[in-house]
Amino acid sequence: MTRALGLVGTIALTTALFAGTAGAQTIKIGVNEPLTGAFAASGTYVVNGARIAADEINAKGGILGKKIELVIEDNKSNPTEAAAVAEKLITSDKVPVLMGAWGSSLTLAVMPKLMEYETPMVVETSSSGKITTTGNPFIFRISPPSAVEAAAFKGIVDKLALKKVDFLVINNDWGRGTAEDFSKMMKDKGITIGLVETMDQGAQDMSAQLSKIKSSDSETVIVTTAVDQLTLIFKQAAALGLKKRIITTGGSQNPDQIIAQAGAAANGTMHLTTFLPWFPDKTPNPEATNYFITEWKKRGFEFAGCTESFRGYDGIRTAAAAIEKAGKAEPAAIKAALWNINIKGLNGDIVFRKSGPEGKESGQSQPNVYLIEINDGKVEMKTL
Amino acid sequence: MSEFLQHLVNMLVLGGTYALLGIGLTLIFGIMNVVNFTHGVLYTFGAYIMFIVVQQLGLNFFLALPVAVLAGWLLGAAIELTLLRPLRGSDIDTTMLVMIGAWIAMQSGTLWIWGGVAKSVATPFPEAPLVLGPVSVSWLRLFVLAAAAMLILVTYLLINKTSLGRAMRATFQDHDTASLMGVNVDMIYTSTFAIGSSLAAAAGALLGPVYVIFPQMGDLAAVKAFAIVILGGLGNITGAVIGGFILALAEELGAGYVSSGYRDAMGFLIIIAVLIFRPTGLFARAERVG
Repeated sequence: MTRALGLVGTIALTTALFAGTAGAQTIKIGVNEPLTGAFAASGTYVVNGARIAADEINAKGGILGKKIELVIEDNKSNPTEAAAVAEKLITSDKVPVLMGAWGSSLTLAVMPKLMEYETPMVVETSSSGKITTTGNPFIFRISPPSAVEAAAFKGIVDKLALKKVDFLVINNDWGRGTAEDFSKMMKDKGITIGLVETMDQGAQDMSAQLSKIKSSDSETVIVTTAVDQLTLIFKQAAALGLKKRIITTGGSQNPDQIIAQAGAAANGTMHLTTFLPWFPDKTPNPEATNYFITEWKKRGFEFAGCTESFRGYDGIRTAAAAIEKAGKAEPAAIKAALWNINIKGLNGDIVFRKSGPEGKESGQSQPNVYLIEINDGKVEMKTL
Repeated sequence: MSEFLQHLVNMLVLGGTYALLGIGLTLIFGIMNVVNFTHGVLYTFGAYIMFIVVQQLGLNFFLALPVAVLAGWLLGAAIELTLLRPLRGSDIDTTMLVMIGAWIAMQSGTLWIWGGVAKSVATPFPEAPLVLGPVSVSWLRLFVLAAAAMLILVTYLLINKTSLGRAMRATFQDHDTASLMGVNVDMIYTSTFAIGSSLAAAAGALLGPVYVIFPQMGDLAAVKAFAIVILGGLGNITGAVIGGFILALAEELGAGYVSSGYRDAMGFLIIIAVLIFRPTGLFARAERVG
């Protein structure tokens, strides 16, 4: 009996091994995103965008004669999990390239694993400056670092007549990095920096921080966090009667969701975003933008998610372009090829420039940043 | 000064819900002596019941609350009957491990059914807050505070003034003697766990619409509930209520005047202090130990 069981086990194992070899008919791309936890909404949008890119590429015959296959793993919005997921994708699934990991703290946790296994990663969302300045040559970022956001915002601070600004930021590398970069830019402009309040990524009640900001003498609050926490902040600010100008950064706001959930409280708020799905004709690549938005709606996803999901779409197209250019699905070849790609992203051309210490530079493309304002429940574009 | 008043108002609305979380757990952890790791999941469960009844079935918000309480009661009774009853008499570690397993399984269940993306529930309350001079507070939060106060009062009366409450206290003081006096001990175990669970579900149902609803929402709530129970003294309902307000006050003033980054740490600093200086809780009566 035991022997028979052993035989069954052997057969099962052999079949599994053959199935594994059959899988090599595809080219795998690892996707490391938060699908549960504090950033579940944003990570899910990015993954859905990534699927659109994979389906589009496969419908056109794939790359190097093979279909691409996304191996999607949930990093649970937790840096420890993000590093574990990266290790699993590289060692067990044998992916030659990754996309991830949404949050700056998540990406920073993955980075040593990329060095260890010499596997490149396309960073689609994270904005902490540290990611491309610490000398990790396996990082290729298509999202803007917060210093680039701050620089883009610089042009409009005079028009807005900012005098004193408070910050309310998520207490991680993303939020603190943003507060630092924006404060530096604003101090140069002669703007006074008031309070810098933080909130835990899982916090649901920000009333204490908002009460403090309500009593300060600043006229503007810069808020940095993802959509779920932002919605709560808008609701709680309204409940406290906070009447200051609110400007959000980071590009994970999904303004339409804020309009839907915060109602009148959203009017007059401004948001720095990295995509303009409301005005496809004003984007750098209108044809591709229209295709993406149509496909997104066809799949029954909410329009609000577009401002987040386009990054997954661009990220997978970036990885696929590099595999094609490399001519083979191997990490070293893909890493070299990433330096030579030039594709039309939904938010500008994706071309990597060197960033960070000499000899071990990371790649950074130069995406656009836009400022939008919500008025009467509608999104309007402001010129920067 | 107006900032301080606003912090006090915030403390009141937050403290009411903390107290509700605390009394549910103090019944189970304090009186029954079960380290109940499913308390947070029952909180989450109550919030999702709210979501189903209001958003998916389109029924009335106020009707959804009793539905959530009842559903929490039933789920609590089911947990007691299937997991805890067979383990009665085994040591606290075994029960604790089983409850950890139940917590993980149930949390994964909510993730499997509803997905990881947060849901929100529409409420019939006006968006504009109630403004009283320098302070303002949303109508929804006021309703939550009132409902929490009512539930706390009902629980207090149930435990202290009814024959069921007397039987509960007797059972957990001396199981054998209570049994000899004609108390149906099995029924008492099940109903105590079910009542504690329904209070957790009620807290989730009340707070779900205030915040957003997602599978891990109960984790932080459960940690805070344990903190409140320890603060107030195990099994002490009045202590749990006061403990809830103390935790809320510490968080509000800590975030307002010390540093918002350490908001959640404030409560736990108090717990450490309590454990060092008054290990039986702030409101424990003198006990005979010999």
